[in-house]
Amino acid sequence: MRQQPVLEVRGIRKEFPGVVALDGVDFRLFPGEVHALMGENGAGKSTLIKVLTGVYPADGGEMVLAGERVRIAGPLQAQQAGISTVYQEVNLCPNLSVAENIFIGREPRRLGLIAWAEMRRRAAELVRTLDLDIDVSAPLDSYSIAVQQLVAIVRAVDVSAKVLILDEPTSSLDRDEVSQLFTVMRRLRDQGVAILFVSHFLDQIYEICDRMTVLRNGRLEGEYLTSELNQVDLVSRMIGSELAGLDQLAGGQRGERSAPAAGPAFLEAEGLARRGAVEPYDLAIRPGEVIGLAGLLGSGRTEAARLLFGADHKDGGAVRINGTEADLRTPRDAIAHGIAFCSENRKTEGLVGELTVRENIVLALQAARGWTRPLSRTAQDALAERWIRTLDIRPGDSEALVRNLSGGNQQKVLLARWLITDPKLLILDEPTRGIDIGAKAEIQKLVADLAEKGMAVLFISAELEEVLRLSHRVGVLRDRRMVAQLRNDGGLTPERVLATIASGAEQ
Amino acid sequence: MTTALTTPWARAVTRSRLFWPAVVLAALLLGNLAFTPDFFAIHLKNGHLYGSSIDILHFGAPLILVSLGMTLVIATGGIDLSVGSTVAIAGALACQHISEAADPASLGTVFGAIGIALATAVLLGTANGVLVARVGVQPIIATLILMVAGRGVAQLITDGQIITITSEPYKLIGGGYWLAMPFAILLSGLVALLTALLTRSTALGMLLESVGGNPVASRLVGIRAMRLVGLVYVFSALCAAVAGLMVSSNVSAADGNNAGLWIELDAILAVVIGGTSLNGGRFSIGGTVLGALIIQTLSTTVYTIGIPPETTLVFKAFVVIAVCLIQSPNFRAKVAKRGAGRHSGARPAPATTTTNREVGA
Repeated sequence: MRQQPVLEVRGIRKEFPGVVALDGVDFRLFPGEVHALMGENGAGKSTLIKVLTGVYPADGGEMVLAGERVRIAGPLQAQQAGISTVYQEVNLCPNLSVAENIFIGREPRRLGLIAWAEMRRRAAELVRTLDLDIDVSAPLDSYSIAVQQLVAIVRAVDVSAKVLILDEPTSSLDRDEVSQLFTVMRRLRDQGVAILFVSHFLDQIYEICDRMTVLRNGRLEGEYLTSELNQVDLVSRMIGSELAGLDQLAGGQRGERSAPAAGPAFLEAEGLARRGAVEPYDLAIRPGEVIGLAGLLGSGRTEAARLLFGADHKDGGAVRINGTEADLRTPRDAIAHGIAFCSENRKTEGLVGELTVRENIVLALQAARGWTRPLSRTAQDALAERWIRTLDIRPGDSEALVRNLSGGNQQKVLLARWLITDPKLLILDEPTRGIDIGAKAEIQKLVADLAEKGMAVLFISAELEEVLRLSHRVGVLRDRRMVAQLRNDGGLTPERVLATIASGAEQ
Repeated sequence: MTTALTTPWARAVTRSRLFWPAVVLAALLLGNLAFTPDFFAIHLKNGHLYGSSIDILHFGAPLILVSLGMTLVIATGGIDLSVGSTVAIAGALACQHISEAADPASLGTVFGAIGIALATAVLLGTANGVLVARVGVQPIIATLILMVAGRGVAQLITDGQIITITSEPYKLIGGGYWLAMPFAILLSGLVALLTALLTRSTALGMLLESVGGNPVASRLVGIRAMRLVGLVYVFSALCAAVAGLMVSSNVSAADGNNAGLWIELDAILAVVIGGTSLNGGRFSIGGTVLGALIIQTLSTTVYTIGIPPETTLVFKAFVVIAVCLIQSPNFRAKVAKRGAGRHSGARPAPATTTTNREVGA
């Protein structure tokens, strides 16, 4: 079947100061298909989407929508032309109701006034088509991120979408929610909607997508049918010649992690708790040990880690560091004890976007020294250069603004910031979320190396495979309670961890 | 507008944060030249320099001082509305002290007056800082308290009167000359230099920008934000107090009612024109000095080109709007696009670099 593409772009070019984000990229999208946009971080996926949706004007190239050459000058125009987008981070107003969010900017009106009852009724109908059981008059932020994401999709679909762009919609959804989303996507596809899907989960790509376009370093690598390109080939096309670390991804290594030499714990938590966040839990981490935290979204993984870092106040329990009680009331206290924490929210809790890569890297070290003892510019440059090289941060310009970097590179900047403080315990909350496979492998390898050298690591991730690959022990959380700590001695499988999560008792 | 600047230095100059404020200031000054041919003339009379440009620097000195403090406050994402009242209080306290002293012209009396004014400023700044940083009151509300109450305090100090004084050493601060230059210019220049040094040769600047740019991340990175934020309000009050000394010294009188009236608004404007965002984060000391000079030049321009007094404020408003638009990268981009669209149309697409295309649908 030969059809006209509903959306076609040719030779799209986009430059940012110092970076060519897209270099003559071609891309086509047919009606009634789910099309994956693949590439490493910084390959230009997000930029391409932002050009398609008019967020960024293209510096060159042309765009054809339903057979007509168009120039999309803004998100509103894109929407009117039938291109709707749901971004990685939910771009809705959390303080407004679900119904208001669905209809914001196009509220049903009567005599110039908003027809509230009609709006709620229509919102409820739309939500029901997705089999979602939510109260549309409740504020959006009373629901989980996953539900908020689905609301964003409801909104996007309802804005008469010919083209629906889903940018990492699944990165914060659990399995059931993903399959729910896929059901909706298939239904929309059968109705003739063209869906552009971006995800870092290869299994999901292969489950839902018909075709894929691969980008590398801002250039088009190729366009393939999913059925004709296997996963290994796809990954090698995404990362080019650098195939190092792939064997690790193939799933080797797992279970081969021998426990570090037994010794006194660096940090011991006893009955640590915070009401509404996490029930009392015990945890001991030895130098050189990687402890994984597994559990569903909202199970208390992040909350447990934040208590160890003094980011939230504890209600009860105690922390001992090297055997002596430590009062970690602020992050500053924890940092003074050699604890570092990379938050899962890079943008809101990690980086300062308008500062440079160099400034972001030295920030923690400088904060510890206080403002009266500045690091010399030479020392800052040397540190930044060294870590840009060590972690292969791109672009390798220490004076680039951090907000212009891609997600994976931002994550590396965050890691560099903490590694230069030479921490004894590194807490990583979802360090590989939303970043591509190449950077992911690099970060996993880095974690293993650091532990090898004697750093204690607390590793939080929603991906069980990843947790098992790296951890010596896995703490399992369920409903804000640490239900088990499993030794990763070779016999531990994702299935066993899942069973523990599901049953709430050690399996 | 789209002409490519090829030489690296030209690009560096136009990309500089100071470029547009400097262009605006230059344009305003040149505009004055058209009306007053001897605008840039500087004469040496009785060992003192005179001229319009000297006047701008002289009369702009208090505003520069207040704006410096305001810059750091705004960098943290805050705002300090109380500086005008602090100007009045500092002037009132100093003049009160001098007027009651046995020997108003003695150095001891003058230093005493300065000491009292500055110490009070530290107190007022600390009050603001504690309200904002520790209690967590929104800066605009916290400093509004002192803005309103401070005027009253200043009038209480002066008993609702205008205190006039005669003190030669005190006169030096705002109205005197040193090395042929008005002392106020030297003083504000010195404070600007010290502020730049204080922020940029220590880590203070970077940490303030971090706190203003992302408070949550700054806490998680271990910055003692509370202390830093408190500190900038004290610094702002100190700058305002020095400005207050300057204003009262220049007229040898303290007017609790009118000294420093609305200077907080001019200062905020100067900071914004200088390229520091009201959202906090990146700040520019040089930009603020330029911004303050732009505002002062504008006031001078109103007199030199003979704008009728009843339209003065409207004229100023239009110029400020124009200045803000010229400075906005978004606005410039829009104007550039309009201009480019008119004669060139769409640019040709670069050659595609497609490899390895397989087609199937």
